[in-house]
Amino acid sequence: MAKIAFLIPLFPIFGFLINGLFGRRTSKPLAGYIACFAVLMSFVLGIFLFCGLCYDDSPRIFHFFEWIYVGDLKLNFAFHVDRLTLVMILAVTGVSGLIHIYSLGYMSQDRDYTRYFAHLNLFTSMMLILVMAENLPLMFIGWEGVGLCSYLLIGFWYEKQSAADAGRKAFIINRIGDTSFIIGMLLLYNHFGTLSIEPILQNAPVIFTYGSGILTAITILLFIGAVGKSAQFPLHVWLPDAMEGPTPVSALIHAATMVTAGVYMIARLNMLFLMCPATLWIIGIIATITAFGAATIAIAQYDIKRVLAYSTISQLGYMFVATSVGAFGAAIFHLITHAFFKALLFLAAGSVIHGLKNEMDMRKMGGLAKSMPFTWFVFLAGTFAISGFPFFAGFFSKDWIIKSAFVNPIYHKAILGIFGFLTALLTAFYSFRLYYRIFRGRYTGPEEIRPHDAPFIMAWPMFILTFLSAFTGFLAWPIANSFANFLDPVFGGSMNTISGYLGLESVHESSIPWGFWLISMVIFFVGWFMAFLFFIVAPEARTIWKKAYPRLWKSLGNKYYVDEVYNGGLVAPGKSLLKGIWLEIDLGLIDTIVDGLGYVCLSMGRGFSRMTTGYVRNYALYIVIGVIILIFLVLR
Amino acid sequence: MSLLLGFTAITLFIMGIAGVLMKRNPLVMFMSIELMLNAVNLGLMTIGRANESIDAQIITIFIIAVAAAEVAVGLGIIVTLFSDRDDVDVDKINMLKG
Repeated sequence: MAKIAFLIPLFPIFGFLINGLFGRRTSKPLAGYIACFAVLMSFVLGIFLFCGLCYDDSPRIFHFFEWIYVGDLKLNFAFHVDRLTLVMILAVTGVSGLIHIYSLGYMSQDRDYTRYFAHLNLFTSMMLILVMAENLPLMFIGWEGVGLCSYLLIGFWYEKQSAADAGRKAFIINRIGDTSFIIGMLLLYNHFGTLSIEPILQNAPVIFTYGSGILTAITILLFIGAVGKSAQFPLHVWLPDAMEGPTPVSALIHAATMVTAGVYMIARLNMLFLMCPATLWIIGIIATITAFGAATIAIAQYDIKRVLAYSTISQLGYMFVATSVGAFGAAIFHLITHAFFKALLFLAAGSVIHGLKNEMDMRKMGGLAKSMPFTWFVFLAGTFAISGFPFFAGFFSKDWIIKSAFVNPIYHKAILGIFGFLTALLTAFYSFRLYYRIFRGRYTGPEEIRPHDAPFIMAWPMFILTFLSAFTGFLAWPIANSFANFLDPVFGGSMNTISGYLGLESVHESSIPWGFWLISMVIFFVGWFMAFLFFIVAPEARTIWKKAYPRLWKSLGNKYYVDEVYNGGLVAPGKSLLKGIWLEIDLGLIDTIVDGLGYVCLSMGRGFSRMTTGYVRNYALYIVIGVIILIFLVLR
Repeated sequence: MSLLLGFTAITLFIMGIAGVLMKRNPLVMFMSIELMLNAVNLGLMTIGRANESIDAQIITIFIIAVAAAEVAVGLGIIVTLFSDRDDVDVDKINMLKG
């Protein structure tokens, strides 16, 4: 088992090394096959590991070697594998494997094919290290690794200024969260004397009291790290810009890797967060602002990838709402279902973009259902899943979250549930807006483009994802919620500890949410019907609405001016400050000193160079003088 | 006796220095260098003799052996110079001038 666990992240690393080092020598198709093979091998090994360990209740630690031993700090290169890890391994390798295969078709015309696949492999392996890490620094390596890979892949077409800028933006904004994560990690070490996850979770109730101020500070710092990585308000601005990368990369970032890291980290450190109700409230408020705000922005965007980006931010908000009400199972379940349907939507959007020769503006689309029937079919399935069509994956996961917000015995926050319902309404609306504008109505793009369906290699990953988006929901059928039962050993213990602490009895969510189901269905159909009304029945209603609320529409279209606030408040003053430093201190002070030193050396050299006359006798004379001086010194 | 030998050695050495500094023919300069070398040898032997030590003689034999090799190298350089240039005035070999 240990070897299998070790090989899981190692295979993509090998793929990365082979493609990265020898990419220029191997043939182009071979690079893609190596990358796909590496990830699929990880997936197969992940299934083996899953089969071997899925009956274990307690986590298994696979120790490989001693990594950092400094004083009291002992860090091992070890993997912590429990049921949560197993689920994440399968989701990451599975979805990323499908995206790899899809990329074989999507990127086939690209010049930097091997570089693309090398980065994609590295991305997957870093995410695997993140989810399997036994201690926080190892997790942080994965955490930084996905940040690096997102930078490399968002800026993949680096000749394009906007792509290079977007890559840097993602990297810099992530850096804010990462700094906070490091500080939280150091504080944890300060109080626990270890950075291994398992002892920290075990000792948290012993060392700290419930709601302790220091632990609250630590968890808030860790949460800020998650805010950066998982694109929550106010650090969400990098994710929409990440659309500059190739579309499969967007699918990878949004679905399987990177943005889910924050949710995973909080679920992994569940005990710490459960002990800080104040932090959970902060998470809940931030997450609700994000979920609701991003959903409203998604209504007013015209770039189809941007709509999907804001929907990702909004869905990540849902996941954080789930963590803030103590429903970690629901958060992870939504993470998984979201991985499926968001990957599907992105790949289908990629297929639309591919078919329309890189057109991303939905105003130049429409009526594509006829010319791309397969894409139409999978996109519709994805839309159903994200908007919560009854019995699709998104319906169950979203419902579980909203239900937990109302009924969780300790951490219920009804206000978050209400906003959850409102966001669900918006989700249904903007998802069907996207669907109608792409596939219904009349085609409004340029005449010369003949839209066509995706080739087979791109089609069948989408088909698998369609299947998963449609049916994974049944894993969490509320009466016998097998997904919750499966993850109970990971999260149940913490909940029991907390409820014991607070003197409560049962913590299991027992009520069967038929009522919530009914509300969810009504909300979904209302959202769908509104979209139908606005985009099919009466398109002119849109103009009336836009005219009625011009300022609202404008601020939605401009994403609530968050980017403008950052540019005006931070970037512009920062630039002028740094420009001042550059001109005054660097050019003024430092350059003068350095140039002065250089000038002194130069003039000394000029002086001495007069001594090299080129006459051998002069040199001999210098030698004689030198010898005389030496003799004088010795005999003195 | 030692005094006479010592003076001879010093005289030879100064002649060598003068030769190196004044002559412009590389061959003569080279001979002057050899003269200095052997003056030093002579001085060494004289001091050894005065101290009744045999070490100086052994060292001198080594120096002569090494000097033979050095002469071969030095002459080789001078011969190459002769074949490379028409005249061998050392004052005209000034490519290293700064």
